[in-house]
Formats: sequence, structure tokens, C-alpha cells
Amino acid sequence: MTYFADVAALARKDILLELRSRDTLPAMLLFVVSALVVFHFSLPSDASATASTGLLWIALLFTALLGLGRAFSAEREQRVLDGLVLAPCDRSAIWLAKSLGVLAFLGVAEAVALPAYALFFGPVGWELVAAIVLADIGLAAVGTLLAAMAAASRARELLLPLLFLPLVIPVVVGGVGATVVEDPGRYLGFLALYDLIFAILSWASFEYVVAE
Amino acid sequence: MTTSEKYVTGAYLVVLAVVLVYIVLYSLKLARLEREVAELTELAQRRKAA
Amino acid sequence: MSLRNNRAVLLAAAASVLVVAGFALALFWAPEDADQGFSQRIFYIHVPIALTAYACFGWGAWKALRLLWTREPRYDLESYTAVHMGVIFGILTLVTGSIWAKISWGVWWTWSERQLTLFLVLFLFYCAYFMLRFSVEAGPRRANLSAVYALFGVALIPVSFLAIRLAENFIHPVVFTRDGPQMSGSMFFVFCVCLAAMLALFASLYTNELAGKRIDARLRELREALE
Repeated sequence: MTYFADVAALARKDILLELRSRDTLPAMLLFVVSALVVFHFSLPSDASATASTGLLWIALLFTALLGLGRAFSAEREQRVLDGLVLAPCDRSAIWLAKSLGVLAFLGVAEAVALPAYALFFGPVGWELVAAIVLADIGLAAVGTLLAAMAAASRARELLLPLLFLPLVIPVVVGGVGATVVEDPGRYLGFLALYDLIFAILSWASFEYVVAE
Repeated sequence: MTTSEKYVTGAYLVVLAVVLVYIVLYSLKLARLEREVAELTELAQRRKAA
Repeated sequence: MSLRNNRAVLLAAAASVLVVAGFALALFWAPEDADQGFSQRIFYIHVPIALTAYACFGWGAWKALRLLWTREPRYDLESYTAVHMGVIFGILTLVTGSIWAKISWGVWWTWSERQLTLFLVLFLFYCAYFMLRFSVEAGPRRANLSAVYALFGVALIPVSFLAIRLAENFIHPVVFTRDGPQMSGSMFFVFCVCLAAMLALFASLYTNELAGKRIDARLRELREALE
């Protein structure tokens, strides 16, 4: 059970750090609302539900990218990651803790984005919420691993979107599909499958990404 | 040649072209490797003389 | 070492024979398709190249797995070369597929062609692989990152394919009807020869490319030892 104790400790550290510094989360909230406003101006007046749903998902993707870009920046700036890696905990615990942190931030951002979307565009149904919950898990899992990779490179903020976007195309398909189609079951199931496959893969390979 | 015949031939020619370009690039690489070997041989001989 | 050289020569010879034979069979000997006529012959080059690209990525992922398992640095070079070849065959797949779309439906690109869309996603993914490699210093760190990424790639292939199929329900593609190739026995034979030819071509190019990269690395070591 020390594994989960480690995870809890690490996750608490990240969330407390954010609550104290308050730089990432407000930026994410402001970004997602601004993006929705921009999208209003870029859609034609007779835009379909599919179009505005699609744009919501794009806004969520880029908000996630914003948050992920900062996921390992604190560690990098203080070289804490080396210390963490030397700590006597399973490296994958770092991944799990970070992912939970990212998940929490995404959840808060969506708690603001969805009411804004309902206000600006159209009603939000239970399928959209379910799809977002499932999608968040996949985005956090894959995004945390890729953010660690990008943090190890010279290009950093430039590299993360390039690594991230191709991998999350299935998430967009699942999310938009679940919202738009009559029977969302298949798409929600697909999102769950994506989460399962890539969470396991990320969990298993994280230690190779942070190893020296 | 009909249009579709031209396109089909074009496709096969594209594949051929890519392989040939690869050969050219590889020969350039070989030339560079030979230069490296020549330089290193000279370095080694100088070392041996010293 | 001589065994390795012999294998390279044999592979190159086999590839040459198979490719010439395959192209000749495809262009001259294969029976004309009843519906599509001559343009169906592009199938003999497009599909084998696509399958070979998948084989390249799979091979790269296998070598990546070996790297993570055994930590032997040579697997990094082998994995990288395989992915590199995969991207080249991937570009060829997109180009020949685009030509096929032009012949069949008069457009250079169509989203309703699932294989093409899948290859576009994979192409983007593996181009990012190169960006990743270029922005990390050479060494075990870069090897590990590349290996993990290559493994994610092969996981992405089936997931993306499923996603593209699901997307068709709401993306409303312009449905192009095309009768599937009813492959007669001789058509299948030509297809197999072309597939073997492309795989042999990959194997031969891969062997040569790998040898070149290895020599490069050894020369660099030699230079460091001498200077």
C-alpha cells in the first residue's frame, strides 16, 4: 500500500503547489473561455451541432496541452525530477500522481467550459459529460507521459503538441461521436478502450522515459 | 496511352524514382564515409610516426 | 562479418529479381480487371507498399521492445532505421494512394478512403518521432524515449483504424462506390509476388542503411580514440 501512499503524497504536493502559485489553472480557465468566444466568430450562423461540438473538443484539447506544458516545468526548473527519480518509490507512481493532478486541473477547467459552452452554443447532454470524463482519463494518461518526454528534450513546449495531437485523434473521434450520434454507447466504449490501452502502456513505460 | 494508363505508369515511376533518389543519397553518404576513413588513417599514421 | 555481407548481397539480389518480376507481371501478365480496366493495376503496387510500411513500423516496435528489455544500444539504431524506412514507405503509400484516388474518383484526396486517412495519421505520428530524436542529445535517454514512442505507434495503428471507422458515422463522407477487387487466382499470385518484392526491398534497404549507420558510429568512436 505504500505505492498508493506515494502517489497520494506526490499528487497532493502538485495540487498544493498549484494552489499556492495559482499560475496554471487560471490560465487554463481563461484560455478555454477565450477559445470558445473565438470559435463563435469563426463559425457560420447556420453551423450544425456537430461543428460547435467539434470546436468544443478542440478547445479542450488545447487547454489540456496548456496544462500539460506546465506539468513538469516546476520540476525542471528546480531539477527536482532527478531527486524524485532517485527517491525510493516506483517511478510509475510519479506518472500516476502527475496524471491525477492533470485530471484534476482538466476537471476544473471543464467545470467552467461546459457552462460557458451551454451559454454560447447549445445544451450540454449527459453523453457529452460522460464522454468528457472518459476522454480526460486518456488525455491525462497519454499527456503526462508525453510531457515527460518533451521535458527531456531541448524543444519542450514546441515538441509536446507535435507528439500529443496524432495520439489523441481517436479521443476526438470518440468524444464528438458520443455527443452527436443517436447511440453513444459504441463511442463511449471506444473511449474506455482507448483509456485502458494507453493508460496501461503509459504506466508501464514511464520509468523508461525518466530513466537516465 | 489513356489517362488512367498514364497515372498507373506514373505511380510505378514514382516508386522507381524514390528508390533511385535513395541510391544517390546513399552514394553521397559513402563518399563522406570514405573521406572520414582517409582522414582517420592520416591521423593514425601521424600518431604512429610521433 | 563476411556472413553479414553475404546476406546483404543476397537480399539485394533477391529484391532486384522480385521487384522486376513483380512489376513485369503486374503491368503485362496480370489479367485485366473487368470493372476498372487498366487502372486496377495500381493495386499491385499500392497495397504491397502499404503492408510493407506496417511491417516496417512493426519491426521498429519489436526492436524498440528489445532495447527496453535488454538495454543493448544496438537495438536503438535498428529501431530507428526501421521507422525511417517505414516513413519512406508511408510517403510512397500516400502518393500511390492519392494517384489511385485520382484515377478512381477524380480527386487527389478523399477522407472516405480509410487506409489513406490512417496512413496520414501515422505519418504525422512518425514525423513527430523524428522531431523527438532531433531535439534530444544522443545517448541512452534518446534511445529510451524513441523506443517508448515507437511502441505507442504500433498501439495507435489499430486504435486509429477503429476511430476512423467510427468517425464515418458522423463525418458523412462522400460515398464512393467501388467494387472490391475480385481477385482471381492469377491476380492473387501477382499480388503475392509484388508483396514479396516490397518486403525484400525493405529488407535490402534496411540492411544497407543499418550497415551505413553502424560504420558512421564506429568511425566516430575511432575519431574520438585518435584525437
